[in-house]
Amino acid sequence: MSDQDHFVEIRYAQKSYGSLEVLKDISLNVERGQIVAIIGPSGSGKSTLLRAINDLDPLTGGEVWLDGVQVNKSLPHRQYEKHINEMRQHVGMVFQHFNLFPHMTARENVTMAPMLLKRLSKAEADKLAEEQLDKVGMLDRIDYYPSRLSGGQKQRVAIARALAMEPKLMLFDEATSALDPELVDEVNLVMKKLAEEHMTMIIVTHEMDFAASVCDRVLFMDQGVVVEEGPPSVVFKNPTKERTREFLRKHLAGAA
Amino acid sequence: MDIDLMMRVYPFFLTAAWTTIQLSVLTALLGLSMGALGASARLSRFALLRFVGAAYVSLFRGTPALIQLFILYFGGPQIGIQLDAFEAGVIGLGINAGAYMTETIRGAIISIDKGQREAARTLGLSQWQATYKIVLPQAARLMVRPLGVNLNMLIKATALVAAISVVELTYTAQRYIGSTYKPFEMFLLAGVLYMIIIYATGRAVAWLDRRVQIT
Repeated sequence: MSDQDHFVEIRYAQKSYGSLEVLKDISLNVERGQIVAIIGPSGSGKSTLLRAINDLDPLTGGEVWLDGVQVNKSLPHRQYEKHINEMRQHVGMVFQHFNLFPHMTARENVTMAPMLLKRLSKAEADKLAEEQLDKVGMLDRIDYYPSRLSGGQKQRVAIARALAMEPKLMLFDEATSALDPELVDEVNLVMKKLAEEHMTMIIVTHEMDFAASVCDRVLFMDQGVVVEEGPPSVVFKNPTKERTREFLRKHLAGAA
Repeated sequence: MDIDLMMRVYPFFLTAAWTTIQLSVLTALLGLSMGALGASARLSRFALLRFVGAAYVSLFRGTPALIQLFILYFGGPQIGIQLDAFEAGVIGLGINAGAYMTETIRGAIISIDKGQREAARTLGLSQWQATYKIVLPQAARLMVRPLGVNLNMLIKATALVAAISVVELTYTAQRYIGSTYKPFEMFLLAGVLYMIIIYATGRAVAWLDRRVQIT
């Protein structure tokens, strides 16, 4: 069914809660190695779209394809569970509120899934945790519980946890929105590093500067539709739609 | 106050206290099992199981434990359930305690932030793996204290089985009142022994609670 031209392909995504339409026929293609930012006011549906990609918020209509496989295909419950668990192993997700497991150390947060799902031995998983935590600059806190880490440190561990499953795609859902301003940079730095390694990333963000500096493409969403889409140089500097201009004016003024 | 009398009957009360402890332990174990089952039912994705769980809770919390015991012990034989008094006591109180524990366990589970399950699922864990690896270990820590409250209530509720003539603390006190006519001393003795049991249990629960907290 898929022409498999695109790495991530969202076709006519629809999502409604009762009569409330959150996503209205959104289509989006992302190529391997691309970094796409989704911006827009709260309630625009950007997080819902992101969460639909790994079926955390199932669509009510439309299709999501990843690397030639349909993510949200219709299957009997048990088969679907098996399918989606397999799909999700290839999609890392980072949340606004980190969602680290508080009863596990940084190391255990990282090793849990690879040991459980990929049957890594304790030694292999430990090595992996050391590599991944080193990459995000958290090796010195490897045996700390999340309660003893700052927000920025927690988020970096959460990124390491996602990377440990060796995902093909990373989703960031306002990864820095809950952080104190002085902690934002350390997380942005890690995301930049991933960008340099050509990780495919879809980033929902409120940070226009960051979006402008690392992304190949920016989507501006409002009220469940993509209002404008293009390279950051166009969307940020020369938006064609009045709605985009208005949003950027408010947002950049508010951020300054 | 007749201290001499109290000293003389005291060993018989100790034996009775041992029966109360046995009743409490067995009731707690049955109650915990029923509570785990009840909470699973109430949180099930199947509506029928959720209904059964909710019905269990409202039925057994909505009627006096004493009536439940009477139905089981005195009414049971009429419908073919033959239990001795001790068995009826454990089963009746256990099922009753289970209804309360169902709500305790369910409350702890639903209080875990849903982001925890989401994070686990996005890593590829199944619903069940997310439950036992991520949600339950956190919920279990939250359950210790409220289950301790359930345990406290349950130990005191064992006094009810005196009414179906299980020879535990309360029944023993009543029996010695019949021969000594000293209700003050006999009930006081029973009360002190209950207090010791409950105090020790409370300390054990507090110790366990401290031990399982994440530093």
